[in-house]
Amino acid sequence: MALTQKLINDGDSAVDEMLTGIMAAHGDHLTRPSPRAVVARYGPRPGKVALVIGGGSGHEPTFLGFVGKGLADAAAIGNVFASPPPQPAVDAALAAHGGAGVLFMYGNYAGDVMNFDMACELLDMEGVEARTVVTTDDIASSPDRGKRRGVAGNVFIFKAAGAAADLMLPLDEVERLARHANARTYTMGVALSACSLPQTRRLNFELPAGEMEIGMGIHGEPGVRRGPLLPANDVANEIMDAILAEMQAQSGDRVAVLVNSLGSTPLIELYILYARVADRLAAAGLLVHKALVGPYCTSMEMAGASITVMHLDDSLAALIDHPCELAMFGL
Amino acid sequence: MDHTADDIKDLFAALAARMATERDSLCALDGAIGDADHGIAMEQGMAAAAAAVGVLEPATLEEMFNAAAKAFLNAVGGSSGPLYATAFLRAGKVAGQRLAMPDGDAKLLIPAMAEGIVHRGKAEPGQKTMIDAWAPAADMARQGASWRSISIAAETGAQATRGMVATLGRAARLGERSLGHPDPGAVSASMIIQEFARVFDRQTI
Repeated sequence: MALTQKLINDGDSAVDEMLTGIMAAHGDHLTRPSPRAVVARYGPRPGKVALVIGGGSGHEPTFLGFVGKGLADAAAIGNVFASPPPQPAVDAALAAHGGAGVLFMYGNYAGDVMNFDMACELLDMEGVEARTVVTTDDIASSPDRGKRRGVAGNVFIFKAAGAAADLMLPLDEVERLARHANARTYTMGVALSACSLPQTRRLNFELPAGEMEIGMGIHGEPGVRRGPLLPANDVANEIMDAILAEMQAQSGDRVAVLVNSLGSTPLIELYILYARVADRLAAAGLLVHKALVGPYCTSMEMAGASITVMHLDDSLAALIDHPCELAMFGL
Repeated sequence: MDHTADDIKDLFAALAARMATERDSLCALDGAIGDADHGIAMEQGMAAAAAAVGVLEPATLEEMFNAAAKAFLNAVGGSSGPLYATAFLRAGKVAGQRLAMPDGDAKLLIPAMAEGIVHRGKAEPGQKTMIDAWAPAADMARQGASWRSISIAAETGAQATRGMVATLGRAARLGERSLGHPDPGAVSASMIIQEFARVFDRQTI
């Protein structure tokens, strides 16, 4: 099988070379206290809870794109699709903490849980209180909320938690709001093609021409159903049926919506999906308070998209509206 | 015959070479039920462990396993990092602050590593994880069986994961769809145990 084509120099150093480029481009917003930790230059301050996010690379702009004043204070960065080890998480936390405790947030994957738990143990030995909220927004990944994966809903969930921390709320309250945000966020995706890791440049799963996989994870984990590729409206309907059934919203409720590219699916397709998503939300009597369309949580060059809906209440709407400064999203 | 620090260096060199050879096949197994990166993690982790152990001079057996643990963890993170780091730390405790150990003690490295992996990952046999290779090998080792028997138990355990439905780890989300595929973590575990057997028992396999 032919190797996939990538603009890289060396697959093994792809993540570190990316970080070199990020610091060269965004050094006015970010610092890099250790090789795999990135910290917001103007985010952390005394008395503020430090929000530290993290996970494997390959999902950019997740995670490090969300490091900035008003959102995450720091991120720990792993290899492609692999949790960072404990040390970068400890380095990020120590660089960011302002004496009010640390909140780790990351997607619910076995590796991330083990590594960040070890980081919590190491921080405890340093006398720094660290707590954890894992994100579990992928409704296709399990019927049991506690076992679900964290995917593109991270964008809204981290945003809410980061705003709470930026408002100088205490650790108990930041943690409570982070859990609240996660509990009210629902995501489901569809994959149209596989992706490949820089080290192997081989497609990480097989998806025959003309087929799609509904519910696939952001590392290519198989989803819930494979079938013929359907028109955008049918795909949007299937995903929105599942999200609306779980969300149990009332007419007049507000939502934040994200139509996310998994990597290579272009904006033209995302906006076609969004048109149907907007129709479905309007038909349910739901008011769109915030809409994001674009690549926010990717899976290398995978083709496909995900739809996220956060069911807002007054507290979450205020947190979603809170300003933040992110190097990758400024214009 | 006692096993020395040089044997531990040989062991990690052998583990690194084996994982480099098997990288793409392990990634392909992982692609069927996971995210296709298991071979990369194992290659990078064992390469880092071998490099860290290789430059130690002179060191006790425990120091060598501890250095391997730290290097493996910081090289890969992921799921394999904490699991094998914990396994090597437990192996170090058994190997001890000495410069050589008898073969009977070397066999006890296997149950020590298995216990470390269970402690960190909370897996039980039958959940289609690496413990399905480690647990039967550990049982054999505790009974004082030959390295060959320990190695075969690991291999048999890894192959038995084909018939299991994953209930822990990333593949657990697949449920019945994980049937028919061996668990890549169990397959790499059986390769690791084979290398232990090869290095500690030159007549084996």
